[in-house]
Amino acid sequence: MFDFLDSGQYDLLGAFWVTAKLALYSAIGSLIWGTALVAMRVSPVPLMRAFGTAYVNIVRNTPLTVVIVACLLGLNQTLLITLGGQRSEDIGFRLAVLGLIAYTGTFVCEALRSGINTVPPGQAEAARALGMSFTQVLTLVVLPQAFRAAVTPLANVLIALTKNTTVAAAIGAAEAAFLMKEMIENEADALFAVFAVFAFGFIALTLPTGLILGWAAKRLAVKR
Amino acid sequence: MSSVLYDTPGPRAKRRNILYTIGFLAVLALAGWWVLAALNEKHQLDADKWSPFVTDSQVWTTYLVPGLMETLKAAALSILIALPLGALLGIGRLSDHRWVRVPVGAVVEFFRAIPVLLLMMFASQLYREFTTVSSDFRPLYAVVTGLVLYNASVIAEVVRAGVLSLPRGQGDAAVALGMRKGQSMLYVLLPQAVTVMLPALVSQLVVIVKDTALGGALLGFGELLSQNRQITANYGANTIATLVVIALIYIVLNFVLTTFASRLEKRLRQGKKTAAVTIPAQAGATDAVKKAVSDA
Repeated sequence: MFDFLDSGQYDLLGAFWVTAKLALYSAIGSLIWGTALVAMRVSPVPLMRAFGTAYVNIVRNTPLTVVIVACLLGLNQTLLITLGGQRSEDIGFRLAVLGLIAYTGTFVCEALRSGINTVPPGQAEAARALGMSFTQVLTLVVLPQAFRAAVTPLANVLIALTKNTTVAAAIGAAEAAFLMKEMIENEADALFAVFAVFAFGFIALTLPTGLILGWAAKRLAVKR
Repeated sequence: MSSVLYDTPGPRAKRRNILYTIGFLAVLALAGWWVLAALNEKHQLDADKWSPFVTDSQVWTTYLVPGLMETLKAAALSILIALPLGALLGIGRLSDHRWVRVPVGAVVEFFRAIPVLLLMMFASQLYREFTTVSSDFRPLYAVVTGLVLYNASVIAEVVRAGVLSLPRGQGDAAVALGMRKGQSMLYVLLPQAVTVMLPALVSQLVVIVKDTALGGALLGFGELLSQNRQITANYGANTIATLVVIALIYIVLNFVLTTFASRLEKRLRQGKKTAAVTIPAQAGATDAVKKAVSDA
């Protein structure tokens, strides 16, 4: 039943490696972008606050598929941006990372904002009483505590991101869902086996993430 | 405009904030100008690429509205099937019997860990091989099946969390009245949990609406996003205009749902606060007194 694994016709590990890379790059990028967004949303400059709020509300309510397809049709085919990729798979991969960062950044921003809300006001007030500027209050006092409180929501975002990488198949990035689509059409008689293999792959990717970060959330939480 | 994070701006801070505003505005304007100039060069901003959406009602009646209807149909079917299924799974996870609790928990965790796209593709192929569902309806069936399996397991978790969030005394009181487990769940716990769960359920509806677009991009489901191909083929390669209009429809639809969810949440939280406040005897007494006075 599982002979398609030995046929050498399909690069299963390679596909999951692409999925893992998509998730890793997008996670790093969206963490940075989400932090920038949350800094804008709490900043003293009204225009930045407005931009942060508008961006989060618009992008969060757009389907990820639309974001990713817009990356291909808009950025690549209309504006001819290739992000330095040569083959269409590479371009698809890079555009998918960009789309995933743009989309996931909004959820990181929301997770961090809930983290900021758990920091007692006295912390920021004490920092201001010491004469710290807004940037110092945010980067030295509030955000470090907010990150520690936001590990659980951030872990949920990371798990959702790992599952969302499958949407990259819509623009031809050679990741797991793209391979599965090809395999269930070619190996029609082994449908259940193919599904089981891919399901196992994703469980193997998401389950440890949840366990490790759940443990980290407990260790890192600020005891109050 | 003040927050805990920064002092109320004085004259110097005000000047600095204006400088930041100008700088940020310049960056935004530069990026916007670059994109618009590039789009203009590709003739994507030409009036005839955008005008069909205003002047030609055919774009709406033949493509956009039917597409939106398919999206809403898939979303409505999914939530209607997923709700009872999710409630059953959620109650199953709370069961006192290990042989119910453990398998149900495994099912819920399994479907939550798998991308919904994989479930849709699997369902699509399943229907192709083992059923006689015609190929016109297969994408809809596949999308709804994938969404139901995934969202039922998410709703199961919401139901479980909702029931567990109730005070222990509620269940104990039901037992003290001689209710059976089923009765206590049906008449005491679930009705109270539903109000706690409502915001989460409405937010889940947003997730469902967004996920229907997957079927359009990868399974040939004729929903809103997939109309993009048809429109650009018939109205002169107006890719950008079409994408913007389609995205706007999604954004408005989901924004309404999100706002509704947060309103619900706020109302519920306020309701709780007042309920918690009125429990002390004095508050109730003064209320009663006031009411008596106003009635008189």
